[in-house]
Amino acid sequence: MAKVLIPTPLRQFTGKQDAVAVPGATVGEVLTALTAQFPDLRKQIFNDEGKVRSFVNVYLNDEDVRYLGKDATAAKDGDTISLVPSIAGGRA
Amino acid sequence: MTTAVQETTLSNEEILRYSRHLIIPEVGMEGQQKLKAAKVLLIGAGGLGAPLGLYLTAAGVGRIGMVDFDVVDSTNLQRQVIHSTADVGRKKLDSAADKMRAINPNVTVVKHETALTSENALDILKDYDYVVDGTDNFPTRYLVNDACVLLGKPNVYGSIFRFEGQATVFAYEGGPCYRCLYPEPPPPGLVPSCAEGGVLGILPGTIGLIQATETVKLILGIGEPLVGRLLLYDALGMRFRELKLRKNPECPVCGEHPTITKLIDYHQFCGVPNPRKPAPAEESKVNEGEIDVTEVKRKLDSGEDFVLIDVREPHEYRIASIPGAKLIPLGEFPKHLGEFDPEADIVIHCKSGMRSAKACGIMRSAGFKRVRNMKGGILAWSDQVDPSVPKY
Repeated sequence: MAKVLIPTPLRQFTGKQDAVAVPGATVGEVLTALTAQFPDLRKQIFNDEGKVRSFVNVYLNDEDVRYLGKDATAAKDGDTISLVPSIAGGRA
Repeated sequence: MTTAVQETTLSNEEILRYSRHLIIPEVGMEGQQKLKAAKVLLIGAGGLGAPLGLYLTAAGVGRIGMVDFDVVDSTNLQRQVIHSTADVGRKKLDSAADKMRAINPNVTVVKHETALTSENALDILKDYDYVVDGTDNFPTRYLVNDACVLLGKPNVYGSIFRFEGQATVFAYEGGPCYRCLYPEPPPPGLVPSCAEGGVLGILPGTIGLIQATETVKLILGIGEPLVGRLLLYDALGMRFRELKLRKNPECPVCGEHPTITKLIDYHQFCGVPNPRKPAPAEESKVNEGEIDVTEVKRKLDSGEDFVLIDVREPHEYRIASIPGAKLIPLGEFPKHLGEFDPEADIVIHCKSGMRSAKACGIMRSAGFKRVRNMKGGILAWSDQVDPSVPKY
């Protein structure tokens, strides 16, 4: 199973867990299984068409999946999938 | 060495002051001259701008510009270490410039007392070599990015939220930009700001100093710049991770066929109202569903039959609360709608009125007719009704 790292802003949707092990042969399957387990996370990650939102980046290990095989990128045991949403804080 | 660097000389006072730089072979006299000849613009004199301003000044960066229009308030002091308690109420630029000049009178501090806008950004940025982004909102992030790409200036980026930070250098010698990483901003309200979500006070120190380190390295031309790499910092796990950051050939601003060739309306792009151009029509629409804190107090005192709901989080409720309010955090709110009579008189409050406005929207869409948002939240309650309730 791949491990999905959950960033702080999204932990409120995963029962405060910072990492979740999820089954799935591809990145897309892993994310689908993850959001089936935590339904509130679904609209944070996917848009209405079921595509990953453009302000949440998905990395397999240290590589952006947009430059691999996107949703179809193979995920294997021991892989780490990171969700990296944009954050803006700094001045206020 | 460029002519400007060659012509920059150090006084004996400066040579002594920068001794610990001068004796590092990688810096030396030439490096210190480069620092003195450098012009760095800090966007924001807040959490990230504070450590940046202090350390870049101490390091001897010759000209440091700061863009900010805010006033120091006491909630800034937990992290914005360039401002002191006595500065509350002063302009952040005045407060910051005083500290910087006190640290190093050799540095020229330039105050740009304005919000950065599409109209003034290119004009302000053009006089600087490096831009350091320490802003707190998406419209300004995209504005700074696009302006840097259009002008060919490196954008030293840092961003923070609660216990996490991100840092990288965008638009350096044709490298990836912010839009390559995030083509679009999140819809308004989905990602909370530091004001809403909070931030560990030390975090901007860590991230701001990573930005300062990268700025100094770029000026000196030494080391491996944080280009094409997104550094993620998790303070709780005390872990740094690095992700690959690639240039998107289809990027609308720095790609092969750019569609953005001048600055656009960034508030519109991010779908948020421009704070300097309020929309009066929309405001009056909101007002209809609002109720003043004094009216809520009157209703409570006269024993009127109504429901007061607090949609903040339990840890906020423990800081301050209004007697008689029922606590249902916004995240759990939709599950609790069945507990209320659709005909009931309902007032919802939060800290300042943003989350309660969302809760009002949820109730109205579910068919509740008599729902009102308590204007200004518990902050207004503290100001106008009961000053013994602490503000936070």
